[in-house]
Amino acid sequence: MNRNLILGGFLSALVLLAALTSFVWTPFDQAAMNIPDKLQSPNALHWFGTDHFGRDMFSMIMVGARTSIAVALLAVGIGMMLGIPLGLAAAARRGTWADELIMRSNDLVFAFPSLVIAILITAVFGPGAVNAIIAIGIFNIPVFARVTRGAALSLWEREFIMAARVAGKGAARISAEHILPNLANLLIVQGTIQFSLGILAEAGLSYVGLGAQPPVPSWGRMLADAQTMVSFAPHMALIPGMAIILTVLGLNLMGDGLRDWLDPRLREKRP
Amino acid sequence: MNLLEITDLSLHIGAFKILDRVSLCVAPGEIVAVTGESGSGKSMTALAVMQLLPEQMQATGHIMLEGRDLLSQSEAAMCATRGREIGMVFQEPMTALNPVKTIGDQVMETILIHKAMDPTAARARAIDVLNRVGLPQDRFPLSRYPHELSGGQRQRVVIAMAIALRPKLLIADEPTTALDVTTQAQILDLLKGLVADSGMGLLMITHDLAVVSDLADRIVVMRQGEVVEQGETRQLFAQMKHPYTRALFEASGHQVALPAPPPAVPLLEVRNAVRDYTLPRRHLFREPGHYRAVNEVSFTLNRGERLGLVGESGCGKSTLTRAILGLEPLQSGEILMGGAPVFTGQRPNLEVRRRMQVVFQDPFGSFNPRHRVERLITEPFHLLDDPPRSAARRTAIGDALSAVGLRPEDASKFIHEFSGGQRQRIAIARALIIRPDLILFDEAVSALDVSVRAQILDLLADLCRAYDLSYLFISHDLSVVRTVTDRVLVMQAGEIVEQGETERVFADPQHDYTKTLIAAAPRLPELGAA
Amino acid sequence: MLRYSLKRLISLVLSLAVASLVIFAVIEVAPGDPATFMLGLNAQPDTVAALRTELGLDLPTVERYLAWVGGMVTGDFGTSYTYRTPVAGMIMDRMWVSLPLALYALTLSTLIAFPAGIYAAARRGKPGDAVVMGATQLGVAVPNFWFAMMLVLIFAINLRWFGAGGFAGWDKGLWVGLHSLTLPAIALALPQAAILARVMRSALLDILGEDFMRTARAKGLSRRQALWRHAVRNAMIPVLTIIGLQFSFLLAGSIIIEQVFYLPGLGRLVFQAISARDLIVVESVVMLLVFAVIAVNFLVDLAYALVDPRLRQRT
Repeated sequence: MNRNLILGGFLSALVLLAALTSFVWTPFDQAAMNIPDKLQSPNALHWFGTDHFGRDMFSMIMVGARTSIAVALLAVGIGMMLGIPLGLAAAARRGTWADELIMRSNDLVFAFPSLVIAILITAVFGPGAVNAIIAIGIFNIPVFARVTRGAALSLWEREFIMAARVAGKGAARISAEHILPNLANLLIVQGTIQFSLGILAEAGLSYVGLGAQPPVPSWGRMLADAQTMVSFAPHMALIPGMAIILTVLGLNLMGDGLRDWLDPRLREKRP
Repeated sequence: MNLLEITDLSLHIGAFKILDRVSLCVAPGEIVAVTGESGSGKSMTALAVMQLLPEQMQATGHIMLEGRDLLSQSEAAMCATRGREIGMVFQEPMTALNPVKTIGDQVMETILIHKAMDPTAARARAIDVLNRVGLPQDRFPLSRYPHELSGGQRQRVVIAMAIALRPKLLIADEPTTALDVTTQAQILDLLKGLVADSGMGLLMITHDLAVVSDLADRIVVMRQGEVVEQGETRQLFAQMKHPYTRALFEASGHQVALPAPPPAVPLLEVRNAVRDYTLPRRHLFREPGHYRAVNEVSFTLNRGERLGLVGESGCGKSTLTRAILGLEPLQSGEILMGGAPVFTGQRPNLEVRRRMQVVFQDPFGSFNPRHRVERLITEPFHLLDDPPRSAARRTAIGDALSAVGLRPEDASKFIHEFSGGQRQRIAIARALIIRPDLILFDEAVSALDVSVRAQILDLLADLCRAYDLSYLFISHDLSVVRTVTDRVLVMQAGEIVEQGETERVFADPQHDYTKTLIAAAPRLPELGAA
Repeated sequence: MLRYSLKRLISLVLSLAVASLVIFAVIEVAPGDPATFMLGLNAQPDTVAALRTELGLDLPTVERYLAWVGGMVTGDFGTSYTYRTPVAGMIMDRMWVSLPLALYALTLSTLIAFPAGIYAAARRGKPGDAVVMGATQLGVAVPNFWFAMMLVLIFAINLRWFGAGGFAGWDKGLWVGLHSLTLPAIALALPQAAILARVMRSALLDILGEDFMRTARAKGLSRRQALWRHAVRNAMIPVLTIIGLQFSFLLAGSIIIEQVFYLPGLGRLVFQAISARDLIVVESVVMLLVFAVIAVNFLVDLAYALVDPRLRQRT
């Protein structure tokens, strides 16, 4: 265990705890408007203050954590479910047209930043959390495909893979039995990175109105609401911002820590 | 006065001792070889002279270069010394040069960094030294990049960089270990010639006693961070006062006694095998070119025979190995095992495959680090229709491990718990477990220290007696092939240029290439000849 | 080198062709008819039909695709459904905000990241390295639009050094234009600089472990000389890859940042178009963004060849 892992794990666990607790308890009803109490700074009753409708921001942050985590987690899931098999297949068929096709399509997807994908999807199907998940998820596919292929390629050159081939095992079996388990650490680390990027992307999409729609609370939209109030109620911008930063920081630290803990050889490799 | 005098040099990382009171010296014009197995500290001694040790290492003692103690010099003074007074050549020529700079720039950099000359004179000097190391300007202009050169040529560039300012001392750390024998002989000649012309001292680090005996004036034998013996070359070989020196010498020229092969019945037949690789398309509308890695190769390996395959890197021996294993298809010709083809249509023939196994070179890369030994060595069971289960499986694992000199209890360990030699034993156990008719040894002892290598060769001889092994032993190391094979094939540029009884081929080579190869191989001195 | 460039160019054209197909197909499946949408639900069927003919919506799909692509190649992006003006002109006006902003941010990010990354690598494991790495760890976690809001709060509202939003235009001079893009560019650049600095550092650390760095030291180069002369250029290969990727993030990021600063760029155009279901504008802007990303990656590929002689030879 190391310092990064402990600190990162602590921050991530805190956010997860807030999200889970919000299902059973929040200090106030996050949707309840109370205009007389609007724009209060953090105080004993409203720990994070209130917004321009007088809603309790602590409760909103708790419930907003759910949206962030759900969107980012599902997007990572989409990326892993599709990207890892594609990467494994490309590596197993390295140098053939199948590999070329997979990698070229990946390059093409990279030309559509997740925001552009979101714009396209929104233009056609309208905004919403599901579309945000799809947009971020699609962008994650080539990320996992590339990482998987790159690492799998070097494993395919190793003699223990040759030994497995001499033992008569086919490409699919070798990929499942030898390649994937040796990539697991790398993919877990990449997963936490993409998870944190997903949180940021979700916040950005919600901020411009392409993410979760009201009444589903989200940190990005809280910031959009705060924009016109920032000069006289800075806490409205500061608090959701800090929530995003601490979550992303926690996940990144955890990723670094996990990498060092799981595999010392990967240390310093990742930006 | 000596040029370099190391006295009581000790190195530590924390409490861990790497060098223990090493003392040695080099006189001008003298070649001193430091030899020993891995972990002996020979390379660390060289790096200590350069003061290029990893940061956490602490050195004590004295390293005197012409009366100045390098250990007490400042880093700035060391920068002025390196390259100007001491040059260094490293083991891996493929990675020792910066890939994005021309060889001319890299040679000139040695001169310019010390502000020894103006750029025009530096350029002339660079041309001069490149010429001296055998890279004349008409064929190797300064504008060449490292990737355009072969390994041997790159090593010449590294040497040119090291001697550009005519240093007093040259340190060469395993300068020929990564090279083929014929290239090795040329580089060793070059180093010898440079010392003779310029009178510089050469401190040569090598694990290869045969190289040492040809080249060095004096030899320093190291083991586990200590100097066990040193002396004038011929005297040292004649006396070998320390038992470790003798053990090292014996292991280097280790001979095994193979049982006589049974009467010739063909087992593996390779007929006119051809393997082409398609080169990247040079032109959009033209057919892509081909590279013929294996060209019309034919030979027969008889049941119970130990056949050697020797050749330098790039000669096609690895490609041939993969084709025999059925991992790659042939473009024409055929490979038959007991009369059945190893490759039928687009797929390897499973019937044939289960009769062959392989042992690879790298004792560290040939096992999945996540599996236990029992799972690792039973992987070939995948080839069987009805693999042994439960008790039978345990017996098979125990037998295979016992056969290679390990204990059945080792089955539950992970691979990282074993040394390099033990891992090679496990690799042999994996090959033996399905009792194949043929085993391929692909450079199987090349990565091992000589003493471990000797043990593995003994194990092979024992297994030959116990199991009537047939094997194909692929290696670049002629002395090893000579002792563990009955017959030998010599491969050059994709073709078999000579084959015959091992002793006959080595004693009386017919083909020019075989002659060159045998002449280039460094030899241990005959004991008592001095 | 020529063959390499040609090969990359062919790949660029192919990517563009496929991207245009994808974008066209996605817009094609969008529910609703633009003509009906433009004229309102109560419009007469024959009016709608006339407008459909005018917009070319009644043509077969393949023909419309070809007309769209052909138009874009010749600079004719069609006519906006809502504004009834040429899309090309609308995009051109906005481009003069978005493109300079992205380039400004890219320049800032590179100028910050290179020294920071090199500094940290040179002082690996020392306090200086820890400070830079801590700062970048934080920088990576900050959402750029939130950072933009904080910049507005501090430098525009409290200190009044910059305007809180809007764009002064280029006709009042380069300096005035740049000044009004400075806060948005900083907001975009800092998080990207943090990523780039980390990439730079880790690429350098990888190179520092290479054999040829030891060779350089053996020639008498000091640690710093070896870093500058041998490591930095080799580290450019991974760094260029990230710069190429970052350009697409910066373009996308500038769309969001334009919302914070009320900048009249492509971002505002595209959001207005989405809410007005002006699909032809969305389609064209998206295609343009994708074109920019692909083109930048083409330039990055060419830059690789300049850095690495091995690529120049291989085809």
